[in-house]
Amino acid sequence: MIDLGIKVGLVIFVFFGVLNLAAVHTWLERKQSAIMQDRIGANRASIYGWRLMGLLHPLADAIKMFTKEDIVPAEADKALHTLAPFFSVFFALVAFAAIPFGDRIILGDRVIDLQIARIDAALLYVFAMLSLGVYGVILAGFASRNNYALLGGLRATAQMISYEIALGIAIIGVVMVYGTMNLQEIVRGQGRLVGGWLPLWGIVVQPVAFFVFVTAALAETKRIPFDMPEGESEVIGYFVEYSGMKFGMFYLADFLETIMVACLATTLFFGGWQVPYLLPDGFHFPWGATLPLAYWVYVLLGIGSFSLKVVVFCVLFMQIRWTLPRFRYDQLMRLGWLGLFPISVLNVLATAGALALFSEGF
Amino acid sequence: MAVKVMRRRELTFWENLYLPQILSGLKITFGHLFRNLALHSAHSMGLLMDRRASATFQYPEELRPLSPRFRSRHRLTVRDEGTPRCVGCMLCETVCPAKCITIVAGEHPDPNVEKYPVRFDIDLGICVYCGYCVEVCPEDAIRMDTGILDVAAYSRDAMKLDIHELMNPGLRKPLPACSLTFPHQCQLTGGQMKGSWDEIRGQDRDED
Repeated sequence: MIDLGIKVGLVIFVFFGVLNLAAVHTWLERKQSAIMQDRIGANRASIYGWRLMGLLHPLADAIKMFTKEDIVPAEADKALHTLAPFFSVFFALVAFAAIPFGDRIILGDRVIDLQIARIDAALLYVFAMLSLGVYGVILAGFASRNNYALLGGLRATAQMISYEIALGIAIIGVVMVYGTMNLQEIVRGQGRLVGGWLPLWGIVVQPVAFFVFVTAALAETKRIPFDMPEGESEVIGYFVEYSGMKFGMFYLADFLETIMVACLATTLFFGGWQVPYLLPDGFHFPWGATLPLAYWVYVLLGIGSFSLKVVVFCVLFMQIRWTLPRFRYDQLMRLGWLGLFPISVLNVLATAGALALFSEGF
Repeated sequence: MAVKVMRRRELTFWENLYLPQILSGLKITFGHLFRNLALHSAHSMGLLMDRRASATFQYPEELRPLSPRFRSRHRLTVRDEGTPRCVGCMLCETVCPAKCITIVAGEHPDPNVEKYPVRFDIDLGICVYCGYCVEVCPEDAIRMDTGILDVAAYSRDAMKLDIHELMNPGLRKPLPACSLTFPHQCQLTGGQMKGSWDEIRGQDRDED
C-alpha cells in the first residue's frame, strides 16, 4: 500500500513537472525567439494589470484552446480522429516513466529510486514509446480524410522511421560503453572519473553518438529544421483538420517530445542527475579537497542538476529551432540515410574496437 | 539578349559538415539573445536606458519618435487672448487639393485683423495630409505638428474636425462642452452663432 502511494507520488511529481515544463515551453518559445530577434514577445495577457513577462499567455492559450469549437470533418473517421491526439500525448507522456531524475532516497528501511518505473531495459521502453508516437501522427493524417493531411502524415512517418534507425544505432554506442540498458545504471556509470578528474559522461566517451543522437532526436520531434510533417507556413501538415484542444494536444505532444529528448540527452550523455565530483557523502574534488554534505542535500543537488541540464537542453533546442531554416525533404532523407546512419554505424564499430583494445574498461 | 548563367557556388567540405555552420548560426542568435537579455535585465533595474533592448515600440504606451517634419493631425494656432490666429483669408481652403477645408469668415473687431473664422472644419476622411494648407498660410495659423496619428472613428461624421478640436488638439469626440468664447458657429449646438467679443476685448476696445 505504501509502495503504491510512493509510486503515485512519483507519478504525480513527474507528471506535473513535465506538463508544467511543456506549458512553460510555449512561453519560452515565444519569449526566446522574440528576444533573439530583437523583439519583445507576447506580453499582453494580464490579471489585474500583472503581466508577469507574458507568463500568463500559456494560461490564456489553454483557456482559448478548451473553449474553441471542436470541428470534426463530416467525412472523417470520428473515433480515430478523436483518438489520434490522445495517442500522441499518451505515448509522449508515458515515456517519462523510465527517466531517472535523481538518486535513490532512503526512508527508514525503504529505498526509493527517483524514477517511476524501474525497468531493466528502460532504454528500449523509451524508444518503443517514442516510436509508437508515430501512430498518433499517421492516424491523424489518415482519419482526417484529407489528402493533404494524409500526405503530411506520410511525410512524418517516413521521417520519424528513417531517423529512429540512426537514433537507435547512435545509442548502441552508449549502451556498449556502460554495459547496460537500465537508465539508472547508465547514470550511475557516468559518476566514475577518468584519470581522476574527468567525469565519465556520455559526451566524453561518445561525442559522435551525441551529435548523431541530438540531430536524429530533433528530427523525431518534428520541429524546425525538420518540420516537413507540419510545415507551419508552406506545407499543409497532418493536423490540418484539427481545431481547439485536439490541435493543442499535438502541440503539447511536440513539446513533450522535445522535453523527452532533452531528458534523454541529459541522461545518456550529460550524466543525468550526476554532479561532477559529488558522491553520496559530499564533494571530493580532484585536488584532494572534500566538502561533506548531508545525504538529502546530495539527493536534492542531483534533482536540481538533472532539471538544470534538461532546461539548458530545452533552451538549446529552442535556439536551434529558431536559428536554422527548414531542410528540403530530399535533403532530410539524404542526411538521415547517407549521413547519420553510416556515421552511427561507424561509431558503433569504433566503439567496439576501442572496447576490445582497452578490454579492462575505462 | 545576353544570357548570364548563374551557377550555385559549390559548398566547401567545411560547409558540408553542417555542424560548423550551425554553430556559427547559433553564435549569432545566442549573441543577440544574451545581449538583449542583459539589456532587459539592466532596464528592469533602471540602467542603460539609452540602449534599446528590442526594436519593438509598445505602441499605445510608447510612440515611435516622429521626424520634426512629420505631418500629423492639424491644429489652429491660438492668440494669447484665446482666439484663432487665422484671418479667414481662404488660402488654405483654396489650395487644398482634397477640398477638405471649410471656412466661414466673420468680421473681426480689430480693423487690423479684418477677418477671423466663424467656422473652420477639416474633414479628415478626405484630407490627404499633403501639408499645402500649412505651407500656404501667411499667418502661421494652421500647423500639422500635433503628433496625433490615431485618427480613427466609427463614422464619417466623426472624422470631421471643427474649430473646437482644431484649436485644442487634446479634445476627443464626443466633445464635452463648448470652450470657445468668441462668436463662432458652434457645431456642438447645431451650427448656431454663439459667444461675443465683449469678454475678450470689451473694455480696451471702448477706450480706443
